[in-house]
Amino acid sequence: MSQGWFQIALFVAVLVALVRPVGSYMARVFTDQRVFLTPVVGPIERLAYRALRVRPDEEGQDWKAYARSLIVFSLLFWVALYAILRTQGVQPFNPEGFGSGPWDLSFNTASSFVTNTNWQYYGGETTLTYFAQMAGLAVQNFVSAAVGIAVLVALIRGIAARSATSLGNFWQDLVRILLYVLLPISAVGALFLVSQGAIQNLSDSQAIHTLGGGTQILAQGPVASQEAIKLLGTNGGGFFNVNSAYPFENPSGLTNFVEMLLILVVPAALTYTYGRMVGSQRQGWAIFSAMFVLFVAGVVVVYLAEQHGTPAQHAAGLHTGAFDGSTGGNLTGKEQRFGIAGSSLWTAVTTVTSCGAVNAAFESLTGIGGAVPFANLSFSEVVFGGVGAGLYSMLLYVLLAVFIGGLMVGRTPEYLGKKIQEREIKLVALGVLVTPLTVLISAGIASAAPIAKRSLYAGVNPTGFSETVYAYLSQGNNNGSAWAGYTGFLQPNPPGNVGAYGLGFTDLLGGVVLIAGRFAPILLVLAVAGALAGKKASPPGLGTLRTDNPTFVFLLIGIVILVGALTFLPAILLGPVANGLTARLF
Amino acid sequence: MRRDLLTSLTAVVAMTVVLGLAYPLAIAGVAQVLFPGSANGSKVSFEGRVVGSELIGQEFGGSAFFHSRPSATEYSGNVTFFGNAGPNSAAARDAVRESLAAYVRREKPYDGSLTAGRVPVDAVTESASGVDPHISEANARIQAHRVAAVRRLSLARVEELIGESTDGRSLGLLGEPGVNVLRLNIALEEEAPR
Repeated sequence: MSQGWFQIALFVAVLVALVRPVGSYMARVFTDQRVFLTPVVGPIERLAYRALRVRPDEEGQDWKAYARSLIVFSLLFWVALYAILRTQGVQPFNPEGFGSGPWDLSFNTASSFVTNTNWQYYGGETTLTYFAQMAGLAVQNFVSAAVGIAVLVALIRGIAARSATSLGNFWQDLVRILLYVLLPISAVGALFLVSQGAIQNLSDSQAIHTLGGGTQILAQGPVASQEAIKLLGTNGGGFFNVNSAYPFENPSGLTNFVEMLLILVVPAALTYTYGRMVGSQRQGWAIFSAMFVLFVAGVVVVYLAEQHGTPAQHAAGLHTGAFDGSTGGNLTGKEQRFGIAGSSLWTAVTTVTSCGAVNAAFESLTGIGGAVPFANLSFSEVVFGGVGAGLYSMLLYVLLAVFIGGLMVGRTPEYLGKKIQEREIKLVALGVLVTPLTVLISAGIASAAPIAKRSLYAGVNPTGFSETVYAYLSQGNNNGSAWAGYTGFLQPNPPGNVGAYGLGFTDLLGGVVLIAGRFAPILLVLAVAGALAGKKASPPGLGTLRTDNPTFVFLLIGIVILVGALTFLPAILLGPVANGLTARLF
Repeated sequence: MRRDLLTSLTAVVAMTVVLGLAYPLAIAGVAQVLFPGSANGSKVSFEGRVVGSELIGQEFGGSAFFHSRPSATEYSGNVTFFGNAGPNSAAARDAVRESLAAYVRREKPYDGSLTAGRVPVDAVTESASGVDPHISEANARIQAHRVAAVRRLSLARVEELIGESTDGRSLGLLGEPGVNVLRLNIALEEEAPR
């Protein structure tokens, strides 16, 4: 195991080292300063403003205008994506001749990608044209990520503003995030992945006569370009059904390492960006520390649990200890080249962020190992979280911590000089609770409704219960990873959509949860930003609760755990932990 | 509102063209020039004929080949899915038990000291992708006895070929070492055809 711990430590070290350079770069981008890419990208940026007919310098938006632009834009993109998914038969780049999938599945998929979730009931390589993958889904990988970051930037401006109403210009934020951050890193990342073995072509699939005398059909496609942004934008939707476990998406130990960095780098670095933009790096590092502690704790638990093996394996007489030439551990649903450490670390990385791309099968995780993704999602994706979304949600928890801390010391709560008053705290409480509430209601309905049983794979037992709860936990928190037995789509003749049909109840309930879990918090966050922007900042006094020291970090961690645990502990106990505590087989 | 609609409409079209077509097609163009081999699937040939991809595992039967890991998809390269065997699933126990018995039955005649307790985990568990191209070094060392006997090669020579087909950790640090089964079997076919 020591080699595994070393790999994990190396990953963490590289991640921490990237926080400052990437964070300060993004701060310059978000505050409209020159960066090294400006000579190349600047002309394209100006062209974009001309095409969109916006004059960003003159058109600051208050929170309502910012929200309106965001909602109209997202709605229109939802319609465009749904249309693309429904018109596959007439599209170019369709060498397999796929027709469209069912409407209810398309509703779920469109909602899933517009909300930066990438929950997938379908398998990409067996149902989608290259056109739909590139011009439909991958576009959303960029755009939904940029929207999440834009909301964060607006919130930061609201916090940092010295009495103003403008939160910036949505269109300018969108364009700059796409052109200066997401597109260049994705392009470099995609080419790197191709150099290591990820495929990038438009060929049709190829039938091969194998060495052993059989036939194997190899699906092809523009994989690397999508892989890079699906990770960087914490989207997570695989080109292939088995996602980043498939060697054409993730061919080696090195690509696995780089792909995990792509997932975490922006959410982690944004804490530094935050510190820079509010004028105190310590504030950024305090939030980073709280996230970091919760992340590392999860990694340790999942790695130890997976190295132990499962009750089913032990009952079968399999020796799951490591020895020379074998990783040992629970290798069911895992790849040899990643091993237990590389799969466990990925599992934690993809669930603390709202990425949801997987390189191992979650349903085959050990009970306790599987409790880690559950716990990470129960924290409402504030431990690094989705790009932008993680930090803006965490800032709601920060305000909540300030409020509770203020009550404890008997002072008017204030954050960075701004008083936190009734209106803000109401909005914050709603923002913190809306996602857990959505998840509990939908998971409850799906667990109780007989019609939802059709979606189950494992049957009525703890694993089946995990499937159901995790499905709505994942969709509500816009993560997208899954206990993949749970399904809303049946495909009797793969590849292709001939005779395929969706499970309407599951698809529609999921789609509604996806949208609620994304846009309700966004609107509340923008409202908080608007309320804070207008406030005058006063200098900190003697009684001000400090928000940049270990005490506050501890308080923040406590509140995140408290809200998550109070809401989801019973469900986690009945699902994965029940599996983990017994050797009984079902 | 009207302005938002117009701006959004322009943005949807422009972003779809730039991010959805220009970006992936440009990456494909550059990749086809710089890395044509890997961009098209890292194909490997035997006797002048493409027999598979180095990255995508294949199913091997019979006693003359090294066998790949169990697979939920029978090594499908175009319809992929997870096996989804739960940690406390009785069906998963039965599947592992059966694989374990079959593995010992197959290898024990050639490696007398083999017991179920010495079988490495990768040999009897389904991978995530269904097309795991690798087996563990321990797994390969056990199978080497059988392949050497059937192909009338020395054990030392087979172990040498295993060494040549082993992908170590990336940069010596990252991931786990694995023996590429397709490459190894091609090397065997070249060295000692059946």
